[in-house]
Amino acid sequence: MKGLFIISGLGILAMLAEIFKFKRLLYPIVLLGILVAYAANFMEFNNNMSIEHFNNMIRFDNVALAFSGVILITAFFWFILANDYFNNETSLADHFALVLFAITGGLMLTAFSNMTTLFLGIEILSIPLYVLAASKKNDMKSNEAGFKYLIMGSLASAFLLFGIALIYGATGTFDIMLMRSKISAGNLPMFFYAGVIMMLVAMCFKVSAAPFHFWAPDVYEGSSTVITALMSTIVKTAAFAAFMRLFLIGFGGINETWSLALSIIIALSLIISNITAAAQSSVKRMLAYSSISHAAFMLMAILAVNAHFSVQAILYYTLAYSIGSIASFTVLYQVSKNGDTSFEAFNGLAKRNPMIALGMLIAMLSLAGIPVTAGFFAKYFIFTTLMASSFKWLLILAVLTSCVGVYYYFKVIIAMYFKKPHTEEPLQIDASHAMLLGITSVITIVIGLLPDLILKML
Amino acid sequence: MLTGVLILFPLLASLLLFFIKGDGAKRIAFVFSLVEFGISLLAYVWFRNNPNMDMLSLNCTWVESLGIKFAVGLDGIGLLLVLLTTFLVPLIVLSSFKTTYDKPNTFYALILMMQSALVGVFVANDGFLFYVFWELALIPIYFICLLWGGENRARITFKFFLYTLFGSLFMLIGLIFLYNHTGLDTGIKSFAINDLYTAGRSLNLNQQSFVFWTIFIAFAIKMPIFPLHTWQPDTYVTAPTQGTMLLSGIMLKMGTFGLIKWLLPIAPLALAKWGGVAMGFAVVGIIYASCIAIVQKDYKRLIAYSSIAHVGLIAAGILSANQQGVQGAVIQMLSHGINVVGLFLIADILIRHTGTRDIDKLGGIRSMNGQFGVLFLIILLGSVALPLTNGFVGEFLLINGVFQYSAWLAAFAGLTVILGAVYMLRSYQAIMLGEKKANEVTFGSLADTDKAVLMIICVAVIAFGVYPKPLNDLAEPAVKALLMNLK
Repeated sequence: MKGLFIISGLGILAMLAEIFKFKRLLYPIVLLGILVAYAANFMEFNNNMSIEHFNNMIRFDNVALAFSGVILITAFFWFILANDYFNNETSLADHFALVLFAITGGLMLTAFSNMTTLFLGIEILSIPLYVLAASKKNDMKSNEAGFKYLIMGSLASAFLLFGIALIYGATGTFDIMLMRSKISAGNLPMFFYAGVIMMLVAMCFKVSAAPFHFWAPDVYEGSSTVITALMSTIVKTAAFAAFMRLFLIGFGGINETWSLALSIIIALSLIISNITAAAQSSVKRMLAYSSISHAAFMLMAILAVNAHFSVQAILYYTLAYSIGSIASFTVLYQVSKNGDTSFEAFNGLAKRNPMIALGMLIAMLSLAGIPVTAGFFAKYFIFTTLMASSFKWLLILAVLTSCVGVYYYFKVIIAMYFKKPHTEEPLQIDASHAMLLGITSVITIVIGLLPDLILKML
Repeated sequence: MLTGVLILFPLLASLLLFFIKGDGAKRIAFVFSLVEFGISLLAYVWFRNNPNMDMLSLNCTWVESLGIKFAVGLDGIGLLLVLLTTFLVPLIVLSSFKTTYDKPNTFYALILMMQSALVGVFVANDGFLFYVFWELALIPIYFICLLWGGENRARITFKFFLYTLFGSLFMLIGLIFLYNHTGLDTGIKSFAINDLYTAGRSLNLNQQSFVFWTIFIAFAIKMPIFPLHTWQPDTYVTAPTQGTMLLSGIMLKMGTFGLIKWLLPIAPLALAKWGGVAMGFAVVGIIYASCIAIVQKDYKRLIAYSSIAHVGLIAAGILSANQQGVQGAVIQMLSHGINVVGLFLIADILIRHTGTRDIDKLGGIRSMNGQFGVLFLIILLGSVALPLTNGFVGEFLLINGVFQYSAWLAAFAGLTVILGAVYMLRSYQAIMLGEKKANEVTFGSLADTDKAVLMIICVAVIAFGVYPKPLNDLAEPAVKALLMNLK
């Protein structure tokens, strides 16, 4: 809970920076603030004193705190990745504020226990992102991205609200725990189930699962690389935490109504995303499509509806995926400074800068799910969790599409280690980014070797 | 303890090698691999004294919440394959002394890293650990082939990588399926090999069939068995010689070893039902690969196809699931590993001395270098399984084992002896005998390191052919114990 206060306080502080002229100090203050928020978050862990706040609108239980931790640690890494971005932007304070408010929304989503807080969280998360996506004012693509994101996001919000309204009509409550007991009491009208399906659709929009994914590649490509990194890490984690909370806790008892629909969504996401990603010539677009595939993997854990293992699996997966994504976007940002995000931009990176190439190699192996990286364990947990459910056929599909996934991740590796570079000139990167890559690589290997570090938390 | 050292030592050595600059890397790598061989000999001596010695095995918790353990230990079969690995790696390193590779430190570091993973595969006693080592072995060999391979290497090595990964993921599904059926009475799930055996045998026929095929596909791709072999010839030809030696000498044994330890005892019902079908594929592969080998012009490709034929017979022997078949397979795995490394070295020597591997363009080399001719002949006779060479012992037992299963299959599998003699002797005749070809450059004397490697291999070929008792002593009880599980 304190983490949420600190981050929103930082957001307000950032807006004041413009007026009181301490813009230069803002960057270190924010970094420090996030670390403090993480520490506060950590202190609350396993401390069951007061987990309910605001008349039980928000509930920071251990699951919420663990996901908040993932968001905060990713946010810290993201700010290091984005240091250039904040140096160049003229309206610097606004950007800080927008990002921090988006993170605030994300933290709310991890901990909501009432559907009004769910809706508020989603809006607080999304509205800054619409602006950030369109933040390259003179770039047509960026404007298009922002506009598309706004339209699609609003549509999803409409679905969400409609679903909430129907469910409220059926159960008479916004509180998910009360709703749960109403569900187990049974005897619900038909439109309740319509509400559940509408919320499923809305959440699938937010996590960009097929067939509600059309906005994602264009938005990812149009936004600047650092904003794309933000969207594919922090936003994804928050959206999944919310999805999981809503469907495992709220609607876990009636999974037979939504599990078939969800299994079809997962199957479609796996097939469409992986096949399209394999055909991309831009690494940025490839990462966008692959993020849909990762979303499908995490949805499998939700589909398994296993109160304990599903949560563990998603927590581990979001962490592994966020760390891998931050690393790959850092490298992408460095090699595509001239605007070229194609696979050719990575040619001969191993010769131009072996250390960056190694960082990217580990990130790609992790995203592809090769042992002993974190990505392998993440996939493994999903497989084990799903194996115990009645949707075993999805596993076969997951294996087949994983192989396609390996194909496009290895295209980057082959480009780095095998293709001739355009220039022999070594690629210089600043120390902070090099350090970031070092840290992400170490985390990827360490939690891959010792997954108990994360699993034992819950 | 000691098995842990066997895994860890080459890994640490390889990490060290990454930081060594310059040409000294090959010598250091050679010394490291010799030390590793020494450790494995120590393990052999201890094992002979007391197979159940605590010092040999290691069992500690890895991922406690999932019941995954870092459990390694030796049995007769595992020990033989560890010895094969540690024996071949120094030879492979030594055989590279006359070739200069770009970035030698990385090259040798990857070889040692590969060795670590291979040893891990052969000693793992935990299903999850086995899978991790199985996958880990793939990464270094992929980079060895990608960075130092020949023409079209990016495409071909990638095909290889994807093919094997595809199989492995199915194996993972099979293992997870078994894992979910462990601990039904205690409630504690585990990947320990004995728990997986118990879980596997408690399944009904349909479930066992699912496990059988998901796991079999991974092993079949690795060996490879027809019709999943299409990655193999291209990869063997494109890879640098040392990569090919690792692939054919040791890595394909991962598949046959896996079949013995991780499939036979797990799914006996499915084996009884489907074993014949799988053997059918293996036997078709023997004949198919032999026929293609007969018409090959590229010598390296010829050996690649001969390898498919040999491994097909090994797989058929294992699937016959009787004492002769499995024991023969274990012994043939060793002989094939040693012989094929020798043959690939010969292919490498040919191309270094003459610039071509095309057997039509070669001829009369024996008259220029008689010593090479003799060494070549001995290794070649080993691989066509002449009596008193190492190939004979295994092949005899294998065909005997397959015959006990089905006389018809044995009749077709036995063709490998005849066809093998045809393509091997024909290639020898074309390369070493006959007229000197016009475009032929002179074939000087062999380099010392090449000579040393070939001589060591020749000694092994004859020694194990004349006196195979040490191999049988290790293999026989282990296979007996394993087959008890099938009853």
